Amino acid sequence: MASTLDVSYDTRIPNNVGLGQDRKVLKALEKWHPGYIDWWNKLIPQNFQNSMVYLRTAVSVDPKGWTKFDYVKMPEYRWGVLLAPQVEERTIPFGEHKGKPAWQEVPGEYRNMLKRLIVIQGDTEPGSVEQQRFLGLTAPSLYDLRNLFQVNVEEGRHLWAMVYLLQKYFGKDGREEADDLLRRSSGSDEAPRMLGAFNEETPDWLSFFMFTYFTDRDGKMQLESLAQSGFDPLSRTCRFMITEEAHHMFVGETGVGRVVQATLDAMNKAGISDPNDIANVRDLGVIDLPTIQKKLNLHYTLSLDLFGQEVSTNAANAFNAGIKGRFMEHRIKDDHQLTNDSYTVKNIADGKIVEEEVPALTAVNMRLRDDYIRDASGGVGRWNKAIKKAGFDFQLTVPHEAFHRQIGVFASIKADPNGNIITNDQWEAGKNEWLPTLEDGTFIQSLMKPCYEPGQYASWIAAPKVGIDNKPGDFEFVKLHMA
Amino acid sequence: MSAPIDFRVDATAYRHWQVEYDGAVATLSMNVDESGGLFEGYELKLNSYDLGVDIELNDIVQRMRFEHPEVKVVVLRSGKDNVFCAGANIRMLGGAEHSHKVNFCKFTNETRNAFEAAAVDSGQQYIAAVKGACAGGGYELALACNYIMLTDDSTSAVGLPEVPLLAVLPGTGGLTRITDKRKVRRDLADIFCSIEEGVKGQRAKDWKLVDEVVSNSTFDETVRERATIFASSSNKPDVESGIRLKKLERNITENNVSWSTINVEIDRAGRKATFHLKGPTEAAPSSMETFQAQSDQAYLLRLCRELEDAILHMRFNEMDIGLWVFSTQGDAKLLAEHESLLSENAEHWLANEVRQYWKRTLKRLDVTSRSLVALVEHGSCYAGILAEILFAVDRTYMMEDEFEDDDRSLATITLTDANFGPFPMANELTRLQTRFIGEPELVESASAHKGAQIDAAKAHELGLVTIILDDIDWEDEIRIFMEERASFSPDALTGMEANLRFAGPETMETRIFGRLTAWQNWIFNRPNAVGSEGALQRYGTGVRGNFDFERV
Ligand SMILES: [Fe+2]
Ligand SMILES: [Fe+2]
Repeated sequence: MASTLDVSYDTRIPNNVGLGQDRKVLKALEKWHPGYIDWWNKLIPQNFQNSMVYLRTAVSVDPKGWTKFDYVKMPEYRWGVLLAPQVEERTIPFGEHKGKPAWQEVPGEYRNMLKRLIVIQGDTEPGSVEQQRFLGLTAPSLYDLRNLFQVNVEEGRHLWAMVYLLQKYFGKDGREEADDLLRRSSGSDEAPRMLGAFNEETPDWLSFFMFTYFTDRDGKMQLESLAQSGFDPLSRTCRFMITEEAHHMFVGETGVGRVVQATLDAMNKAGISDPNDIANVRDLGVIDLPTIQKKLNLHYTLSLDLFGQEVSTNAANAFNAGIKGRFMEHRIKDDHQLTNDSYTVKNIADGKIVEEEVPALTAVNMRLRDDYIRDASGGVGRWNKAIKKAGFDFQLTVPHEAFHRQIGVFASIKADPNGNIITNDQWEAGKNEWLPTLEDGTFIQSLMKPCYEPGQYASWIAAPKVGIDNKPGDFEFVKLHMA
Repeated sequence: MSAPIDFRVDATAYRHWQVEYDGAVATLSMNVDESGGLFEGYELKLNSYDLGVDIELNDIVQRMRFEHPEVKVVVLRSGKDNVFCAGANIRMLGGAEHSHKVNFCKFTNETRNAFEAAAVDSGQQYIAAVKGACAGGGYELALACNYIMLTDDSTSAVGLPEVPLLAVLPGTGGLTRITDKRKVRRDLADIFCSIEEGVKGQRAKDWKLVDEVVSNSTFDETVRERATIFASSSNKPDVESGIRLKKLERNITENNVSWSTINVEIDRAGRKATFHLKGPTEAAPSSMETFQAQSDQAYLLRLCRELEDAILHMRFNEMDIGLWVFSTQGDAKLLAEHESLLSENAEHWLANEVRQYWKRTLKRLDVTSRSLVALVEHGSCYAGILAEILFAVDRTYMMEDEFEDDDRSLATITLTDANFGPFPMANELTRLQTRFIGEPELVESASAHKGAQIDAAKAHELGLVTIILDDIDWEDEIRIFMEERASFSPDALTGMEANLRFAGPETMETRIFGRLTAWQNWIFNRPNAVGSEGALQRYGTGVRGNFDFERV
């Protein structure tokens, strides 16, 4: 029996939104599809396009069985349009329209605001695939290669999801924006991606793991707050995307964890007790902990920038309009309208970092960033546990939010990782100890050699505790096509 | 009294702009210092501007013409990534008094007009090189340029989001320039002005919102190319070097503001101020070379700078002074000689600049929202350029015959070529043509008296003055007029005067100062914009404006 939980493959585009009956949108999507395939084909190196990758594909949005694993060539992956099931009688959970029925169509007055949010979210999805396009060439194992491609195809699907919303609900403008999502590209001179972090390079696998841990987590926070949206199709789309995003962060957390583990194991084996004995640690073919810390500093701070200005009119407008909520809105105990609440934000006054109370409505970004900081600390704790367990006196830490910022109030000052405001000279003197240097990059690059034998792992990364889909570690996660 | 708003800028220390001079091309980068607001309570984020930013711009535009006559093309760009200019600062507008908003808009409009006209007046052409968001007042800056280039990076857009976002108008010429200057079709303009996010890429070009859409990777290069081409095809004569405009010296006491040629005497109880203008005391420079050597001390340039500063100072810092009285004293013949040096050398770059500067300054007077009256007293020097003041003001009173115990020369008016062409008003007519809009032959008969010293009776007959008064009536009549004026509603007077001053055809400029500004000022008074629940007040809080939907 057909239910809305089953993906209908009756059209070119798998979906659970009745596309088959929606000729107009189907046509728009089918028109967009060749451009998308073209984008994908030009992006990922050809031999990977022809490889069989053991991927999960969404077949249903039912929480128990929404994934199915099988070998598939990436260009043949069925990127679909999948929305979480509709909640009956859902109401707008916050803002000035709180309690009214959730919108099933775009409210005219918020059309632009919604469109902008969807475009910005949509722009990040292909952005990261572009950043990661060459990583396959240096994959430390078939297991990791599979994970990379899984993340990539799902980011591709997230793009589809946003494009569907644009085409379904925003008419001609929406179609143009959908086209522009393929026109911009990461790091391009011609038309760069909209947000800074998505124009940075992802030059190596440690960056990839840091990115999926820290930057995808920003994505998660954004999706969480959009999942609260009073615009129901957006809410449903984002709810389903979050479930996929969890896997990306898993790849990041376990990835960094395995890099750390390989370093710890190698140091113990070689009898090196000082984690700061960088030269000797590097000689073991693993990445020393201080360099891992520097990478962490970089990706964490780039990700903080994604939250925008601490005090933001746009964020306030979107919250009040019922378009974009807060993390775990339903668990927050307040009026969900923020009419009289205030929130503490940091600011710079007379060269010092001070705390200021501002209307909570204008500090929605700041609050989301605070939630993010808490959310991001979990994995760091687990990495440290491993370090301690291996018997080393070293801790990875997330830097102070004032450190190395390009956006927000801290962009105007220089601070060290502890949040002390410092002079430009002090910054110049210290930055090589805080952020990856060219030399660090060259060293990491020197380790980036592909390891395509099933069950084998590069020296600098430990094997995973368990495989994917309960497969053993020596499972052939990618059947490489060697042209 | 708090420190007055000062229009005299230290050109060595701009806070919000950088100018790079490279031969015939100058690059003007807007890089607003967030914490450099003129008042407390707002940050100038995203290259948004307030009066302080505009005062500097005005100064730069002015110096570009006098100090850098070698410049033929000015490229206006942003010094910030991702944003060209977000327009006037909303929090500043939300917090400002109505009167400040109105004055601010007027001044910014005058600055836009000044650089828009620089191409025609001085052969200095402005190119807007738009990269990043260019919204509201930001796009209005670009609109006032002679050529707009937009990068095609799929994000940069031009927009006028005032109506949907703030419930006010793009009031710095925006609504007028898109139709009158750029000839955007009205229905497309309607769409353009209703969408927050603006229009980008090829569509911006198709709709005539910009002149050129340029690929992002070659944008800077293409802008440079255009600038070079425009510079080489410019017919502006090559000038080696300009003159320096030193900071004006000015002395302010409680009821007096004085410059070298002007003394403004403030009568607070009477809510009026008298502008005493002094005629020249030295012979006119023998040639433009001498004039240029005298530099910013040359009489007619100095007087113009001081008059402009006086107008701006009094407009912004003395809001309660509703009546401005103009009075001159000096040698009319000598003044005419100073002027004829300029008119005889109208092709000389500096003579041209000084004359264009007078044109702008007289226009500032035209649009000043104060009652204006001129007194033609004995010993006065209303000749040529200064006689234009008589035709700019709302009324003129002239002394007739000898006054007791007054041995000054009898009051006369001298018309010169200056009154018949070089200083048109915003309606593109001369002040005399506007004055005699229904009787063009009166312009002819006035012209027949060029060069003559016209006495009161003749001036009255020719229609050059409002009322002539002899010794017996003078003081009383003038006192009664001033007292009466001071008793009327200032709003009604502003409206009345602004309507009566601009007879004749509408131009883009009159539409900006008349129609657009009037509507904007009306909206600035309406609760939908400025009420405690209005869009402007609520901007930034996240809560929307609460509108009264009754159409008025
Ligand atoms: Fe994603
Ligand atoms: Fe992701």
